[in-house]
Amino acid sequence: MKYFGSGHGACPGCGLPIAVKTVLNALDGKVFAVNSTGCLEIISSQYGKNAWNVPYIHSLFENPAAVAAGVEAALKALKRKDEGYVVVFAGDGATADIGIGTLSGAFDRNHDILYICLDNEAYQNTGHQQSGLTPPGESTTTTPAGKVLPGKIGGKKDMISIAVAHGIPYVASSSVGYVADIRRKVKKAVKFEGAKYIQIHSPCVTGWGIDGEMSIKVARLAVETALYPLVEYEYGKLTSVRKIKERKPVEEYLKQQRRFRHLFKHPKGKEMIEMLQKFADENAEKYGLDLKKDEE
Amino acid sequence: MKIKINLGAISEPMQSEKLKTGDWGTHYPVVDKEKCTACKTCEQYCPDLCIEVEEFGEEKYAAVDYNYCKGCGICSSVCPFEAIKMELKDIFKFEVC
Amino acid sequence: MKQVVRGFYSVAYAVKLCKPNVICAYPITPQTEIVENLAAMYANGELGDAEYITAESEFGAASMLVGASAAGARVFTATCSQGLILMSEVLFNAAGMRLPIVLVNTNRALSAPLSIWNDHQDSMAMRDAGIMQVYVENNQEAHDMIPQAYKVAENRKVLLPFMICMDGYKLTHAYEPVDLLDQETVDSFLPPYEPAAYMTTRKPLAFGCYAPPHIYMEFRVAMQQAMERARDVMLEVYKEWAEVSGRDWGGHIVVDYPDSKIFVVAMGSVVGLLRKVVEELRNEGLSVGLIKIRTFRPFPIDELRKALKDAERVVALDRSVSFGYEGPVSIELKSAIYGHSSAEVYSYTVGLGGRDMPKDFLEGIIRDVVEGKEKPGFAFKGHHDFEEVVP
Ligand SMILES: Cc1ncc(C[n+]2csc(CCOP(=O)(O)OP(=O)(O)O)c2C)c(N)n1
Ligand code: SF4
Ligand code: SF4
Ligand code: SF4
Ligand SMILES: [Mg+2]
Repeated sequence: MKYFGSGHGACPGCGLPIAVKTVLNALDGKVFAVNSTGCLEIISSQYGKNAWNVPYIHSLFENPAAVAAGVEAALKALKRKDEGYVVVFAGDGATADIGIGTLSGAFDRNHDILYICLDNEAYQNTGHQQSGLTPPGESTTTTPAGKVLPGKIGGKKDMISIAVAHGIPYVASSSVGYVADIRRKVKKAVKFEGAKYIQIHSPCVTGWGIDGEMSIKVARLAVETALYPLVEYEYGKLTSVRKIKERKPVEEYLKQQRRFRHLFKHPKGKEMIEMLQKFADENAEKYGLDLKKDEE
Repeated sequence: MKIKINLGAISEPMQSEKLKTGDWGTHYPVVDKEKCTACKTCEQYCPDLCIEVEEFGEEKYAAVDYNYCKGCGICSSVCPFEAIKMELKDIFKFEVC
Repeated sequence: MKQVVRGFYSVAYAVKLCKPNVICAYPITPQTEIVENLAAMYANGELGDAEYITAESEFGAASMLVGASAAGARVFTATCSQGLILMSEVLFNAAGMRLPIVLVNTNRALSAPLSIWNDHQDSMAMRDAGIMQVYVENNQEAHDMIPQAYKVAENRKVLLPFMICMDGYKLTHAYEPVDLLDQETVDSFLPPYEPAAYMTTRKPLAFGCYAPPHIYMEFRVAMQQAMERARDVMLEVYKEWAEVSGRDWGGHIVVDYPDSKIFVVAMGSVVGLLRKVVEELRNEGLSVGLIKIRTFRPFPIDELRKALKDAERVVALDRSVSFGYEGPVSIELKSAIYGHSSAEVYSYTVGLGGRDMPKDFLEGIIRDVVEGKEKPGFAFKGHHDFEEVVP
């Protein structure tokens, strides 16, 4: 049984449909999907060309958490809760920027929803503008690399910690590079009653400037460099991390993508790359990502 | 002519399949059934849900639905057995004279 | 049975009798006590299986109602002013999705300057949303409108949000004797909600799809048609209500002294006082009548044309203004009667931000028009003369 149809409008090699079908399959289609405005919505829910085979709702850009809370409340009040899981699919912009208020409200009230943030690290639907989850050094159309500036200045908002700080039962990060990891985490998440957050790193071929066939490799490089650690929290405690055998230098990841390519020529590029390496090192340290010889 | 519209732009499920995206790409995957072990890795990663391991009599290997395949090459890149090769579509082959 | 209750309670109690499944709200003066009353009922287990959710904002509250309504629930919220315009993006969306959300707006001014007092600027800013709007005169009417609003909104010919507008403070905080409905009466009038289409895994429909230019316009035309159908549905429901409750609030407009030469047109709580003023002027032999607009959306075009056919002058009182033009009631009234009446229209915006409108003030406005001291056109009334300076 397919829960998401072919014929959707995603760019060839886009990570979003991979994440979505993996989540829907993991839950055997027992899903009430709530989607924010963004790439996924546009590629899948044009009137008359709907790709979804589960009940679906899109309302606005910044309210998917609240809409999901409403769906959940209705199912509860109408005694229909066992019909399915309420699952949000929202972009990084919808999640970390414009919708963080409704997200925080829904997490605070601990609605029984699974919130999936599809993190392609920018506003891709509107043409690759920076979001709070755009990493530093990325050249986007609103943080372009120029003569002076080396792309985005600042950091990648730590949504994982923000979610954990809400005291919700389950928080995890995952990646389209590892669908088995997504599957396992989704299945685990729905066992918890209350709000669950999974942030899935999802390659965007157009925004990142990669060929479709590279998207899985690049997604895996993000994990292998520790720029995108795959972690899992239960009730606020770190319970598992995906260990890295031989951590790769961040350059290996960066040089594959047009969005970072300027860093190898820009006067401030070296500084940015060092900063990103430091960020990766800190991740490795914080989460204990490096597989020690004796752990092998 | 009178057309029908659904209340509030509500859509029926799975209508995207009316859209054949098979002509989007420049390349297409070719599965070497000898090499294919039917491990389903390609199936799990294909963003367009158009490569699936199927049974052909005694044999089992990955088959592509070219109606939808956008030729992204993900299946080929993730196949652990190098059983998928991406080929350029004939219409994109130019003779250089 | 008549009880002396505050406006808040008259609303909350009626909402309870309508058995909503999901209530979400956020506090804002002068609405707060409506949701506080509902919260107390929820805490006491008086709302059945309903879910009562304290939202993180009005935007969140309205968004939750979109989700709940699409999932098949009967829903309720109340708000006003900053809360209403914070909801506005969601409410426009809900109307397009054809969700029969019922909300109460306790009319309050808009910032800046911040004001918690009454006028109609908030609901008027929402008049293009595709939401039905009815303005009530007193708390009994507010109470009675709740079940009627659900019945109209949920009618398959309509399926649009319904907003009951009641004046903040003037009504919300007022103690008035209200004949509180009983459960049997409401049950006999309002059947349980059966959504036309809703989110279910049994039939997985997609809500909130986007529409490219080749099909978008049709959905907006359909909203207009639903609004047009709502005219008749409302009248049927109003009539049925009169039979069930014994209280007849009239149609889209209520006309006092239909044969008058001069009419005063107004909405909301000020109508009560205007009725006294008009009566007194008539006692002096002046030909003055009164038109109370109840339904503002859909706009009562035919009713106004008919009522004003032979009128000579109309005093339209607005509690709001469209800056750069005039008050919306006046604007719309003029466009409605254009070509159908030769009445001169005197458009006055009064009582902004709770500015007092005592009896002699209202009487003075009308008297000046009756006595020919005014020219037709737009003016604010009841403000001081001032000079704006930079501090
Ligand atoms: C209130 C509002 N502001 C702006 C927009 C325009 N807009 C639509 S989608 C989008 C970006 C979406 O970014 P993200 O959530 O990261 O999803 P993506 O498309 O990258 O998957 C923007 C800015 C909008 N629809 N609504
Ligand atoms: S722009 Fe990026 S995220 Fe959007 S459909 Fe294309 S590849 Fe996917
Ligand atoms: S990934 Fe390769 S080996 Fe596995 S099923 Fe697909 S083609 Fe066959
Ligand atoms: S090339 Fe891309 S779209 Fe075609 S089958 Fe392979 S993964 Fe699917
Ligand atoms: Mg994004």
